[in-house]
Amino acid sequence: MSSLSYLAAATRAVAEEMRRDDRVWALGEDLGRGGVFGQYRGLVDEFGDARIADTPISEATIMGAAVGAALVGTRPIVEMRFADFALCAVDEMVNQAAKARFMFGGQARVPLVIRQPSGMWRSSAAQHSQSLEAWYTHIPGLVVAAPATPADNLGLLKAAVRCDDPVIYIEHKDLWALEGEVPDDGEDVLVPLGRARLARAGDDITVVTWSKMVGVAEQAAELAAAQGIAMEVIDLRTLWPWDQEAVFGSVVKTGRLLVTHEAVQVGGFGAEVAATVAEDLSDSLKAPVRRLGAPRTPISYAKPLEDQLRITPERIAAVAAEMLGD
Amino acid sequence: MPDRSHNIDPDRLLGLYKTMRRIRAFEEAAEAASLDGRVGGAVHLSIGQEAVAAGVCANLRPTDQITTTHRGHGHCIAKGTDPGAMMLELFGKEGGTCGGKGGSMHIADFDVGMLGANGVVAAGIPIAVGAAHGAKLLGEDRVVVCFFGDGAINRGPFLEGLNWAGIFALPILFVCEHNSYASTTRTEAVTAGPGATARAESLGIEAFEVDGNDVVAVDGLAGELTGRIRAGGGPFFVTARTYRLKGHTSVDPGAYRDEDEVSLQWAEDPMNRCEEELQRLGLAAAELETIGRQATEEMAAVAAAATAAPHPALIQAFTDVQDVGAPVWSALP
Ligand SMILES: Cc1ncc(C[n+]2csc(CCOP(=O)(O)OP(=O)(O)O)c2C)c(N)n1
Ligand SMILES: [Mg+2]
Repeated sequence: MSSLSYLAAATRAVAEEMRRDDRVWALGEDLGRGGVFGQYRGLVDEFGDARIADTPISEATIMGAAVGAALVGTRPIVEMRFADFALCAVDEMVNQAAKARFMFGGQARVPLVIRQPSGMWRSSAAQHSQSLEAWYTHIPGLVVAAPATPADNLGLLKAAVRCDDPVIYIEHKDLWALEGEVPDDGEDVLVPLGRARLARAGDDITVVTWSKMVGVAEQAAELAAAQGIAMEVIDLRTLWPWDQEAVFGSVVKTGRLLVTHEAVQVGGFGAEVAATVAEDLSDSLKAPVRRLGAPRTPISYAKPLEDQLRITPERIAAVAAEMLGD
Repeated sequence: MPDRSHNIDPDRLLGLYKTMRRIRAFEEAAEAASLDGRVGGAVHLSIGQEAVAAGVCANLRPTDQITTTHRGHGHCIAKGTDPGAMMLELFGKEGGTCGGKGGSMHIADFDVGMLGANGVVAAGIPIAVGAAHGAKLLGEDRVVVCFFGDGAINRGPFLEGLNWAGIFALPILFVCEHNSYASTTRTEAVTAGPGATARAESLGIEAFEVDGNDVVAVDGLAGELTGRIRAGGGPFFVTARTYRLKGHTSVDPGAYRDEDEVSLQWAEDPMNRCEEELQRLGLAAAELETIGRQATEEMAAVAAAATAAPHPALIQAFTDVQDVGAPVWSALP
């Protein structure tokens, strides 16, 4: 094992996949200088500017052209810079990329990865902080992944590139610097899409989450442990398809489910997980399922206002304690 | 043709210079506050581009309206927004133009016709077009100015907005601030054809190029075009060539640019060029220094006040979302 940051893990994933398959290429703004967060740093030197392509600020055409190029056999990695700007390309994602295979009766495939850096980061306010993953889980035809660790940003991104369907790939901006263990250079390790990861084992309550909230839930588990509550944390990793087997197995064991995410709670993906468990596992539940997400308000700029919208370890631990009847 | 040579009234030029100085001083204070962490969010400085803001807005009335971009501090100040409220906004403090809820990229001041900066490139273009369309529907006699960068002309809303303004013959002046960069990318490398002016002309919009570091030229051209709009003309289009003397954001060292290129551009600093012009008109260097010092003092005071100001009340994160179905605030544990 070696250690890499979440950001460097993604750079390595792209490099490995581009070496393995010369149909893979990346396109987006500023990629030739490493991309806005540096996640493409060095790649243009190895692969040249045809495969690490600098685009104009033209999100709709970045996405639409990627769909076209995917239809004819290339495998584009689309960089949307901020998930918020992907909204300038919603038709191309939702009406085109997600539908082409089905609408055309299976004649076409759209193997593309749509990278969407998401979430609250450095007081970025209402147009640069959103977590919109739930929208994409609602669209048939799309795969949705949201890694929480460097190892997963390596393995899941590689798997996303090899997926023959469009993958919405959500990286959390606040995780770029997170260091973690990854397989050694030269090891070609994929993390399969649709498989959750047990981040922490515990018998009293299951906390299901993804992306940056996994680390927050792990801290909550420490707080809960101090109160004698054994919290199990499941990192979903992929939201569609989501690993029902892993979640169900855990909930059958603990009898309690809390789903938490940074995104707005109303209509969030937590609702889907909670409802599915409530429908299918009612006999195993010792307490009603709970959700913990952001209030339904735009993200404020002022730090204390923004902070107030964050789900903290304390809040997760408090809900867990309530669910255990304390 | 109106006279666009440098026969400008010294008092008018002095007014333009004061505006430019205040913008520069605001940007320098904002830069310092961003670099030492007092300002948390991204800050896009307009240092080097002040002549466009000052020259265009000097021709606008309080009832005229503008939209701007992520790099909009200069346009706000030139349009009459209180720099104190702007600085509070950058600091995320109570009393900011948007109550601290928006930050640098979302400054707006509807009282002076400043309809909003924008975090999304080119998003202000259709909004400005709509404001001009609204003015026409309401029978209101006003000019709308839409500021945007040279990177924005490759997004669809640019084409759609210009086309719209053309077919509805709207009272709008489009101002493309051509600073040759979009973040780290030279716009030339990602822009087909001769660029913004030709694109506007291809849609039948009368379009002009101006040296955007020459405040006299900008003022003269904007005066002519706003006059023609007030007389029933429009839309018009201006490409103002200028340069972003700092990085894309306050923390960007701009290492992707040639040092020679940048130092050559500092020699074209619109501030110096304006000073030379003023001295040619007989103003004493000492007087200009006083204006500069006053601007620096004004913005230092504004930054000090913002540093000391309180944050907004927590409930503000839940206000002004919507009427029906509004979020309900309750203090968190
Ligand atoms: C739709 C969209 N895409 C990308 C971005 C990220 N971004 C912010 S500013 C910028 C460059 C804009 O360049 P230009 O329009 O020339 O304005 P300048 O920064 O030079 O003033 C980019 C790409 C964005 N804010 N919105
Ligand atoms: Mg530019």
